[in-house]
Amino acid sequence: MVVKSALAANAAPEAAKVAIWGVSMTFETDGKPIDVLTMLDLDVREGEFVCVLGPSGCGKSTLLNIVGGFLRPTRGTVLIDGEPVVGPDPRRIFVFQERGVFPWLTVEGNIGFGLASLAAEERARRIAYYVKLVGLSGFEKVYPQELSGGMKQRVEVARALAVNPDVLYLDEPFGALDSITRLIMRGELLRIWEAEKKTILFVTHDIEESVQLADRVVVMSTRPATIRRIVEIDMPHPRDLSSRRYIELRDSIFEEIGLAHKI
Amino acid sequence: MKRLIPFSATTALLAAWFLAVRSQTSGLLPGPLQVMRGLWELLEKGLLVKYMVASLYRVTWGYLAAVATAIPFGLVLGWFRRGELSMNPLIQLLRPISPLAWIPISILWFGVGDTAAIFLIFLASFLPLTVAAMNAVRNVPPTLLRAGRNFGLSDRGLLVKVILPAALPQLIVALRISLGVAWLVVVAAEMIAVNSGLGFLIVDARNAGNRYDLVVAGMVMIGLIGLVLDIGMRQLEKMKALRWGYGS
Repeated sequence: MVVKSALAANAAPEAAKVAIWGVSMTFETDGKPIDVLTMLDLDVREGEFVCVLGPSGCGKSTLLNIVGGFLRPTRGTVLIDGEPVVGPDPRRIFVFQERGVFPWLTVEGNIGFGLASLAAEERARRIAYYVKLVGLSGFEKVYPQELSGGMKQRVEVARALAVNPDVLYLDEPFGALDSITRLIMRGELLRIWEAEKKTILFVTHDIEESVQLADRVVVMSTRPATIRRIVEIDMPHPRDLSSRRYIELRDSIFEEIGLAHKI
Repeated sequence: MKRLIPFSATTALLAAWFLAVRSQTSGLLPGPLQVMRGLWELLEKGLLVKYMVASLYRVTWGYLAAVATAIPFGLVLGWFRRGELSMNPLIQLLRPISPLAWIPISILWFGVGDTAAIFLIFLASFLPLTVAAMNAVRNVPPTLLRAGRNFGLSDRGLLVKVILPAALPQLIVALRISLGVAWLVVVAAEMIAVNSGLGFLIVDARNAGNRYDLVVAGMVMIGLIGLVLDIGMRQLEKMKALRWGYGS
C-alpha cells in the first residue's frame, strides 16, 4: 500500500506510456518456487514500438501477460498513463500467438466483437475500415476455419485495432506462420503502426524480427529473466535488411545473447 | 448411383427377410408383408398416430426438461472448479445406474402414467447432458476467455458471447446422443409404466394374442422415428458457425 501511493506521487504528466517498475514473478511448481522474472524495469514511450526479445521460456510472455493485466506480479507494479494495471482493459488489446480469433464468428463478426456498444451504422463503418486496412476485403462473411494462418492473424490484429486501443500487446503473433508470410505480416504491421500510431509491445524470440520492427529491442536473459541490454534501432523505416547498420545491430544482439552468427 | 449406396444394406436385409420367411412355416417371425399389413391395421384403427404422439410427447417433455436444467447446471459446474469437484463423484456414482432401474421408484412416486415415463426420460438425459456441458466449459480454450475479458466482457457477457458459443459444438453432439438415449428409454418405460405409446404397443400386441406382426411393426416405427430424430439433430452440426468444432 505504501509502495502504491509513492508510485502515484511519482506519476508525472510526462511519464512513460507504459512503466514497468520492479516487476518480479515467482510461480509455484510442485511446491517449489520458480523465479521467472526478477526486478524488471522498463519504460515505453507513447507511440513507441518495443520488442522484448529472449529465448523460449525466458518469461517474456509472462511479462507481457502481467503488463496486459492477465497475471498479477509477485512484486512490483505496471503503470499505464500513471495508473496501476489491475486487469485486462479494452484500451489495451492483446494479440495472441495463435487461435485467438473466435471460430464461431465470421471475419466481420470477429472484427466487430469489441464494438457491441456502438450504433449499428458506426459499427459497420469501422468493420469495413479495418477489413480493408488489413487486406481482407472480400472475406467479410468467411469463417476463420476457411482462412490461412496469416489471414487469421490479420483478423486478430484488425479486431484489436477496431476498438481503437492506445496500446497493442503482441505475443509472438507471427510465430506459427511460414517464413514468407511472416515477412509479409511484419511489413503489414509496420504499415498499420505508422497509420495508427499505437504504442506496441511485441514479444519475440526472433532476433531478425526484432531488429526489423522495433524502435528499441529489450534483450532478456534466460530464466530468471532480467533485462540484459536495451538496443536502440536507429534506422528509419523502411529498413534495408542488407545495410551495414542493420547487420551491425543484428550481430550485436546475437553476441549479446551469446550466439556466434554462424551455423 | 452413389446416392443409392446408403439404401443397399437395408434393401438386402428386407429381401433376405422376405425370402427367409417365405421358405419356412414355423411362424417364428412375421414377414415384411405381414408387418406392412399390421402397420396399415394400426393406422386404420388410429392407434399408430396415437401411440407415436404419446411416445413423442413423453420424450419431448422429459428431454426438454433435462436440456433446460442440465445445460445451465453443467455450465455452472464447469465454470466453478469447486462445483465440479464436489459434484463429480456423485454424478459418476449415479451415471452407471440404468434409467430403467428407476422404473419402480418412478411408479412409486408418480403412479402409472405419463409423469413416470417423463421422469425416466428426464433422468436418462439429465446426467449425460450435465457432464457434457461441464466438460464443454472446461475445454474452452483459455486464449478465447482472455480475449473476451480483454474486450471488457463481464462474467455474464463472457458466458453468452464466449463460453456458450465455444461450448456449442460439443453440446450439440451431447444433445444428439442424449436424444437417442431418451428415445431408447421411452420404449422401455412404456412397456411398464403406461398404457399407450410404441413401447406399450409392443408388449400389448404380444400379450393380447401373440400378434408378432404388430410387435415388429412397432419396432419398425421406433427405428424410423429414431432415425428421423437423429437426422434432424445432425442438421444442426452442419451450421457454419458450428462446423469449426468438428474437425475438418
